[in-house]
Amino acid sequence: MDWVNALVQGILLGGLYALFACGLSLLFGVMRIVNLAHGDLAVLAAFLAYATATVTGVSALWATVVVVPVFAVLGYLVHRGLLERSLAAGPLATLLVTFGLSIVVQNLLLESFSADSRTLDVGSLVSASLRITDDISVSYLAVLTFLLAAGVLVGLQLFLSRTQLGRIVRATSDDPEAATLVGADSRHVYGIATALAFATVALAGLMFAMRSSFDPNIGPSRLIFAFEAVVIGGLGSLWGTFVGGIVLGLAQTVAAQIDPALTLLAGHLLFLAVLAFRPQGLLPARSM
Amino acid sequence: MTALLELAGITKRFGLVTVADGIDLSVGHGEALGIVGPNGAGKTTLFSMISGDLAPDDGEVRFDGAVVTSRDAAARCRLGLGRTYQVPRPFEDMTVFENVLVAARYGAGLPTRAGYELATSVLAETGLAAQANLRAGALTLLQRKRLEVARALGTRPRLLLLDEVAGGLTDPEVEELVAIVRALRGRGLAIVWIEHVVRALTSTVDRLVCLAGGSIIGDGTPAEVLASAAVREVYLGSDPEAAPAAPERTAPDLLGKLLR
Repeated sequence: MDWVNALVQGILLGGLYALFACGLSLLFGVMRIVNLAHGDLAVLAAFLAYATATVTGVSALWATVVVVPVFAVLGYLVHRGLLERSLAAGPLATLLVTFGLSIVVQNLLLESFSADSRTLDVGSLVSASLRITDDISVSYLAVLTFLLAAGVLVGLQLFLSRTQLGRIVRATSDDPEAATLVGADSRHVYGIATALAFATVALAGLMFAMRSSFDPNIGPSRLIFAFEAVVIGGLGSLWGTFVGGIVLGLAQTVAAQIDPALTLLAGHLLFLAVLAFRPQGLLPARSM
Repeated sequence: MTALLELAGITKRFGLVTVADGIDLSVGHGEALGIVGPNGAGKTTLFSMISGDLAPDDGEVRFDGAVVTSRDAAARCRLGLGRTYQVPRPFEDMTVFENVLVAARYGAGLPTRAGYELATSVLAETGLAAQANLRAGALTLLQRKRLEVARALGTRPRLLLLDEVAGGLTDPEVEELVAIVRALRGRGLAIVWIEHVVRALTSTVDRLVCLAGGSIIGDGTPAEVLASAAVREVYLGSDPEAAPAAPERTAPDLLGKLLR
């Protein structure tokens, strides 16, 4: 039964990775931007929620309601003010800009909140769990995270495939120049895509922060999970990212069942194996 | 009444090569203008400066009385300038219907329902109704050319810029496209049409312009322009400076097309 438990926990953990990775996948899929500040943005969201909860006294869950929309607006502004300018200069420029953003965010957080570890207090939710059998119990928080991830990914997919705005995002992603010929303002369209990516990374950052502690420097080590989920699943494909997250989560929990010391290593090895033997990922996309 | 499109002193240089040398040109409401000229004459570059993909070094573009030289391509599209690419560039992963729908929604600025209706009627008009739900990437060349026209029509243009829609097609296919363009012309849409297949042009346009070396060397009815000495000289290639030789189209081949 321990193995079944490991599988269930792996899938639930994978939901968190998928939620975290979908913003990275979206920015790459739509604009070919590799966002090196992705992990730090998740941490920034956590600190923002922490500050909101501390100052106003509301629960961290309610802080989410504030932080996610704020991040969407922030995403739009970051695109229009920063990424847009670097896009024209080629992929290396955007890589450097997001790397710079990562350093700036880390140091701002260090300056404002010190290097102490924090947690987001969600009261009893953090330990509450549902006992399914004697050996398997799942935490409500993990289930909530998984459902959120599934909801966000399905929502994003529906947004891209069914809505007018989603269609123009796909059109602009496919051929920005031809898209302007049908009246699309690519700067605005990309801004919207960045806003969505930022909103999802904020959500993921908060879910991370509710289950484990965070500090200003933890962003880059979180970023690697998002990269692994995206690459395992297939670049630029949201369904792929979902599958990639779950496969990564499974690899970690199953390896932990063998020896807890193997947890992270197993994920990294799986990632390397995918890169070596199936570099297009498990569910590659034609494009977003 | 002012002209629909006016170009005044449009100049563009790429390094030492002048691809547009002070071009003045005007297109009236509902007029159908054909543009011919050897490869490298600056035809497509001229289109790009009209549609806003490329900024001229000098000169002014006026559309419907307003100066649009500094407006971007998306803004010009919304004003009513539609353009096709010589090599079709559909949004490959979207369906044919979606390709036209985004144009109707963003280019023509229509609300959802009206956008659906326009997209449906445009696809019928361009003979793509049966392919509406196919992925654009799966289309044949003729269908891609049709989609290129359909997508431009989806923006509900007042002036349609067609860049070699007949290029690379077989004779019967050219006939089909010409029939579509002629129908558009019939409903009063102004058209500027670049084409190497000259007989496709002469049967449709009321005015022909010949471009060579970045300048207009002939302007008038198709018969007048094709008969003019300057135009024949360019196509014969007897003046190499005015007409850079086209590698894949020899002068006799072009002359043959002209006289066919």
